[in-house]
Amino acid sequence: MNGPARRVAGKDAPAAAVRGAKETAQGAAGKRTPIAAAAGIFESYDPRQGRIFSLLDETGKLAPVSDGIPLLSDEQALAAYRTMVLSRQVDEWAVSLNRQGRMPTYVLNKGQEANSVGALMAVRPDDWFVPAFRELGGMLVRGISVEQYYLYWYGNEWANHMPVEKYHMTPISVPVGSQMLHAVGIAWGERYNGSDRIALSFMGEGASSEGDFHEACNLAGVWKAGVVFYAQNNNWSISLPWSKQSASATLAEKAFAYGFPGVRVDGNDIFAVYAAVTAGARHAREGKGPVLIEGLTYRLGAHTTSDDPTRYRSSAEVTEWEARDPILRLERYLLKRALISAEEIVKHREKSLACAQAAFEETERAPDTNIEDTFRYLFSDMPQILGEQLDRRRS
Amino acid sequence: MKVLTLIEAVTDALRTEMAADAAVIVFGEDVGLEGGVFRATVGLQNDFGEGRCFDTPISESGIVGAAVGMAIVGLKPVVEIQFSGFAFPAFNQIASHVSRIRNRTRGALSASLVIRMPYGGGIRAPEHHSESLEAFFGHIPGLKVVIPSTPHDAKGLLIAAIRDPDPVIFLEPARAYRAVRQEVPEEAYTVEIGKARVEAEGTDLTLVSYGAQMIEARHARAQLAAEGKSVELIDLRTIYPYDAAAVVESVKKTGRLLVAHEGPQSFGVAAELITAVMEQAFDRLEAPPTRVAGPDSIYPMPRGEHHYLLTTEHLVAEARKVLSYEP
Repeated sequence: MNGPARRVAGKDAPAAAVRGAKETAQGAAGKRTPIAAAAGIFESYDPRQGRIFSLLDETGKLAPVSDGIPLLSDEQALAAYRTMVLSRQVDEWAVSLNRQGRMPTYVLNKGQEANSVGALMAVRPDDWFVPAFRELGGMLVRGISVEQYYLYWYGNEWANHMPVEKYHMTPISVPVGSQMLHAVGIAWGERYNGSDRIALSFMGEGASSEGDFHEACNLAGVWKAGVVFYAQNNNWSISLPWSKQSASATLAEKAFAYGFPGVRVDGNDIFAVYAAVTAGARHAREGKGPVLIEGLTYRLGAHTTSDDPTRYRSSAEVTEWEARDPILRLERYLLKRALISAEEIVKHREKSLACAQAAFEETERAPDTNIEDTFRYLFSDMPQILGEQLDRRRS
Repeated sequence: MKVLTLIEAVTDALRTEMAADAAVIVFGEDVGLEGGVFRATVGLQNDFGEGRCFDTPISESGIVGAAVGMAIVGLKPVVEIQFSGFAFPAFNQIASHVSRIRNRTRGALSASLVIRMPYGGGIRAPEHHSESLEAFFGHIPGLKVVIPSTPHDAKGLLIAAIRDPDPVIFLEPARAYRAVRQEVPEEAYTVEIGKARVEAEGTDLTLVSYGAQMIEARHARAQLAAEGKSVELIDLRTIYPYDAAAVVESVKKTGRLLVAHEGPQSFGVAAELITAVMEQAFDRLEAPPTRVAGPDSIYPMPRGEHHYLLTTEHLVAEARKVLSYEP
């Protein structure tokens, strides 16, 4: 691997320095632990013991790792950075557009970029991507254009036109947690079809309170379905904190009750996310069944542009998490390793903003949904009843 | 030709399509080893293996949600909800995904699948086992909703549903499962979804029904014939898209309409058909079109079922009113 210099820690090697042993905002008794995991991430990081898998600290320093921990190459780290910055700029510009009255309610990804970018980079392009609705970065990795992404929040169903062979993904899913079941069926079906594709399913931590979370985990466990469940735990389900969402100390530990492994990772650490999802995807592809990865992260922005987070959370908490910004962290790493320069950082940010601006102009220019489309796609052939309703509307 | 009951015709359709297409898979609660609580899937696991006919945990949303995923990767899931009264936990998947994925992806993805469920009362079942949900499903844009009343239609409609590119809710009248026997072709055939069937011609009154209620409708027709009245009996067969044209055509001939269904009256199927007739055949009516339907009440437990279900006498009494109407 063309990765950064790393020391190889044997199975019995002394643990590298424990760093950043800071409590998470979730208040879990978690301490970040160093990498001594020849046995594998899922075996070594039991969430029930308060362990959180982390590789890149807030200063941009990568922990020494053992063999078997997959690391992003330099090229991948740079690509991840570019995608995360683009995601951030797409978000920022959308908020600005919303304030100008040009963009309806928009869901923000700010602060959570490393989760879906790292996860999508860790699976094959033909593995199934089953998003919730805060996975802009992952969608960019999968090849969805900014224009198409904006089109969704702009309010046009053509944004969801995602041919299978091109994207292997399902569209954004608003009904919380419901998409997890599709991932289970997709994984079951791919195995039935003789394919080794797996499904990567996203959800927020609030989804774990939904019945479909339970049904999806249970079915995936019983069927040994090749699914990587990735929960972005940003601690806040709109205004409800994790402490009021669940009496469970962690989300990841729920996996054990369903008979499969769960792990907590630092979701603002692209290296940790990438490594955990790579390991989870391998587990799923080898027919060993599902895994549940809980990415600890934070929504730096509002839930949507219609939300005012100052009503329910403190600015001190936000400031604390701003210091753990996944983009800053990766930036520091890249600077330390001289993989990027300060000028390139500024230039890339500007370029990303320009890209977002140009994309939205295209989105605004795109024709609105026409009335025929509102009727045409309900069924493969339009029933006469619908045809009559369409004619009435047109006349 | 074989003589089959309605439920045997369902099994026959499933076996026929599983044999013809490896993409067809059947799953649900107790459908594998046991062959379903009504025995609709009996023998299928034995014939096609556990990989194609299997039991699931008690997980209605899971069954339907997983079926959506399977359909996305090209399989044809035919799932069973054990009783329609248990479909409620799956409503989110049905209303938010099964019915919508084709529209919201502009045809890129589709949930081409069949959800079978026994429905309706009269089987002396416990609470939550006797509901008639066709109006619920009919109200969800993007679903086809089918109800057979005869073994021949059950096989042909189910094969049509399995081959249909759109999701089909296939409601099986539990009370009629073993009440009717009929000759059914051994080979595969389809009955077109969206087409009503004129079961018996007549000139004085159009009587429309579907599902198990057709049993009483047939008796009512015979009883009225003895009174010298000629009733045209239509089996609607498809709730959505409903065959308004067939009903309107018939009423243009008879001038009178009675719609009978077991499910609750308000916002029911009868209201829709009567509206179609009012809009399209108003000037041909000789009496106000009317309906006889289940009450807007909770389906009672077995000792009170008779307060809910419509008998032949109910239908005959309503029919006489329509027939004797003088402006």
